[in-house]
Order: sequence, then C-alpha cells, then structure tokens
Amino acid sequence: MPDLAVEGLVHVYRQGGVRAVDGVDLRIGTGERVAIIGQNGSGKSTLVRHLNGLLRPTAGRVLVDGVDAASRTVARLAHTVGLVFQDPDRQIFAGSVRAEVEYGPRNLGLRAAELRAAVDQALAAVGLENEARTNPYDLGASRRKLLALASVLAMRTPVVVLDEPTTGQDELGVHRVTSVIEQARDDGRTVIAISHDMRFVAEGFERVVVMRAGRLVLDGPPEQVFRREAWDELASTYLEPPLSAVIGDRLGLGSTPTDASLVRALASS
Amino acid sequence: MLTLEAVSYRYAGATKASLRDVSLALHDGEVLGVVGRSEAGKSTLCLVASGLAPRTLGGTLTGRLLVDGVDAAGRAMHEMASEVAIGFQNPGTQLSGVATTVYEEIAFGPMNLGVARDEVLRRTELSIDALAIRPLSDRDPDRLSGGQQQLVAIAGLLALDPRHLILDEPTAQLDPAGTRLVSDAIGRLAAGGASILIVEQKVDLLAGVCHRVLALDEGRVATEGPAENVLADPALHALGVAEPSPVRLRRMAREAGIGPAVIERALVGVSQEVGDA
Repeated sequence: MPDLAVEGLVHVYRQGGVRAVDGVDLRIGTGERVAIIGQNGSGKSTLVRHLNGLLRPTAGRVLVDGVDAASRTVARLAHTVGLVFQDPDRQIFAGSVRAEVEYGPRNLGLRAAELRAAVDQALAAVGLENEARTNPYDLGASRRKLLALASVLAMRTPVVVLDEPTTGQDELGVHRVTSVIEQARDDGRTVIAISHDMRFVAEGFERVVVMRAGRLVLDGPPEQVFRREAWDELASTYLEPPLSAVIGDRLGLGSTPTDASLVRALASS
Repeated sequence: MLTLEAVSYRYAGATKASLRDVSLALHDGEVLGVVGRSEAGKSTLCLVASGLAPRTLGGTLTGRLLVDGVDAAGRAMHEMASEVAIGFQNPGTQLSGVATTVYEEIAFGPMNLGVARDEVLRRTELSIDALAIRPLSDRDPDRLSGGQQQLVAIAGLLALDPRHLILDEPTAQLDPAGTRLVSDAIGRLAAGGASILIVEQKVDLLAGVCHRVLALDEGRVATEGPAENVLADPALHALGVAEPSPVRLRRMAREAGIGPAVIERALVGVSQEVGDA
C-alpha cells in the first residue's frame, strides 16, 4: 500500500515566476485522512497536483510508495492517486453522466461486470444513480461537482485527493461528501482534502496541515491545530478556528474543535 | 429598488419552469439572502434579476422585472449593465479575459461603463484595499488560485459601484478572512444605499449581513422574512438548508440533555461574532 512522501518540494510557476510551494516536507501514511488548509494562494492546490504528477517539482521530490514520481507517467500515477479538481468543468467532457464516470476505470483496464459495478457504486455514493443518462451539463454546478467526485471514486485508487469538495454544496451535498470520505476510510484508502470549511475539516479529518506562503506552518490533529495556542498562527494565514473552539476556550473547557466535543465538555462540566 | 412581479422562467429547451410565480421587492440599502437546496432555482433567480435571462439566454419569462420602477424588458443591455451588476458562481466566467494584470481587470468594468479616468482609478484603489489584494495587483488574473480569482472578480464588481448587485455564492472558494472582507464590503455597499441579493450556502455569513432571507424550493418562494427568524426556523432544514452555527449548537445541546441556561451562557458574545440575533 502506498505511502506518500514529499521531500523539500519547491514549485515555481514558469510564467509569472510565482514561488507557489517553497520547501515542503510531508509524509502521509496509508489510510490517513488529512485536510490541508490555508490562505487563498498559499500553495495548497499546487502541492496536491504534484501527488499525481500533474505538476513536476522545480526542486525536491515526491515519493509514491517509495518510488520517485518523476520516474512515472501521469497515466501510471493515475492507478494510485485520483485527484478531483476544485472546478468540475476542468474535468468533465463526456456526453452522459455514465460515460463520464466510466472513462477513468476503463482506462485503468476495468471491463464488463467489474466496470459496471465500479460505476454503479460511485454514482450511488454521490446520489447520481438516477441521472446516468443525463448530459453532465444539464446538472447544476453542485451536482457536476459530485459527478467529478464519482468519476475519481470509480477508479478505486488507493489515494483520493479532493480540492475543496464541499464548495457550493447544500447540506445534503456536504453530507454525501462526508459519507464518501468515511467509506474511503473504511476501505483503507488515503484521503487528502483541501478545504476552507473549518467545521468540515475538524469533524471529518484526523490530521490537519496548515499552509502559509508555500510552507507548512502547523501539522497535527484538530485538537492541536485549533487550540488556543495556535490561533495566532492560524490568523497569520487568514484562518479562524471553528466557533466551538472559541466557545470552549472562553469557558475554560480545553480544546473543543467540533460542536460534538464542545457539547460533551459542557455536559461533563 | 429591484422588483420581481409573479415571475416564472423556463430555460430554452427545458420541459419545466425553473422559477414559478416568484415575487420579491429588494429595497435600496437592503441585503436579501437567498437559500435553498441545489437546483432550487437560486442561480436562475440571479440570472433573471440581473436581466440576463431571458435577454441573452433565451427561454420564456412571464411576469415582470422592474428596476427602480421601470420595466427591464424595454431597456437596452448596456443600460441594464450600468444599473444591475452580477457576480457569477464561477469566477472564471466573471473575469474579462482581456486584462493582463489584476489592476487592469478591476478597472475594466468602470472603464467600460465610461466612468471618468480619475474616478476609475479611485474606485480601483478602494476595491483593492477593501479586499486586501494589493500584493496581487500586478499579477496575471489567469494565473491566480481559484480563491484569489474570486476576490479579484468581487473587487471588479465593487469598482462598478453598482446601485443593484446580484451575487451568486461570492465566497464559495474563499478562506475565512477573505469571506469576512467580502461580507464587510457588502455591508458598506448596502449602507451606501445599494440593494444587494446574495445567494450563499454559508448561512453564518448570511446571518451576519442580511436584513431578510428568502428560501426557494423547486423554483417557488417557500418562505421569506427577517434574516434571524428565517435562519432559525427548524422548517428550513427540510428545504436542504444548513443551520447557522448557534442554532446547531443549541439543538445539539438540547439533544444531549444540556439545559438552555448553560448553552445560552456559552453563546454570549457569539452573537456579534457570527451575527446571530
């Protein structure tokens, strides 16, 4: 099973010369659920695009399962790391929902019953099972986003990377994304997600990595990253702790990064 | 003032209407939040209220859109554009594609409307400062992160200094501090007399900035009223809308058997922070 290791990663965009990632070291173990948070433009999307080879390092390296990603093609890396873009329209191209979801696993060699099962399961996971014949562009923006998620889920890659998966989702959509992540965890897959939704991050991930100006500034479980002592560091990258953490701190209840942890602390205080 | 009178709208080629019999009055200086589950008609309402549907999108509209009492149907698009500004869901759609720097991008809108040069520069500077994007001003808009593009798109709208502003999920890709800057800018614009319609999934943001909130369900107005009443209404949950943070905490505490006094004490002072009334 794949371990991911990012070592001394630097990425400078050729046009504009922006140093988007500026020396990142990060190791992610199999089955971990890791959220990446940080200011707009802090390098989150640039970082994750190295995991499946879409971007190549200016310096440093990325190891997927111990093997330098530089020696692998994007097509080869796609067997291991599935990436869902922030903007689904950068990903969607097929004429029907089913064809869209089939494309990835078919390219990975799935056929017949196995392919059908992978597609059906992915569509059901995001609630699009009744839209298989629909043209993707007849779906609203939030369901196109769920479709993009399904297309990557169907590839059954050991690592799934989600770039702002809950953006524009209504309550049911957020719930679906949360369930997909829980299912992936139960299946032993690694999940990495970029998000600005602090509640989603604190409730759904066991590890939170904070970026500022291309570097990692915090890395730990939600209780640690959202505790009082870290707030100045969070503010330096335009983040705010979840409301429950603010209330818990004020009442002297310790670190309460989620509503559930706050309610528990209140009940026993 | 922006008024919709019994508006129904069906997209070209669609079998059913996306908006049904929607009436609303958006007063000067007022911020109206629009909520509802995915595909309830929120983005369609934005397109109709800005005059883009059916004018440029085709489709069939019944009822009337009035801008400051004048029927929009009879007005030229360039006239409408100078009165009603719209911010699309996807900032990529919003950016002009012709500006090579963020500064030019923000100045592009008012320049296009024929605003005097000094005034264009003044507004561009103000918008850049309002959203704290000075470090981006020389960058190429096409080479920004998604969230940065969203900030630039909103700065471009602020520079239009619109009388009426329609925003479709303006903070979807923004970090918490960026979201707060946008929320503050909306508040200032409304205080200056603009009428603003904002679609958002972030209910805490709506609780902080809106005077009234309207919920759509399958293209119809399901409920409408003062923001604090509508957002605290348990019935909203059935319409696919999340609870604001304080409402959620109260519910979870109640379910855990915690007395109301305890949770209210915990929430003291939170009202200003998240705008709960």
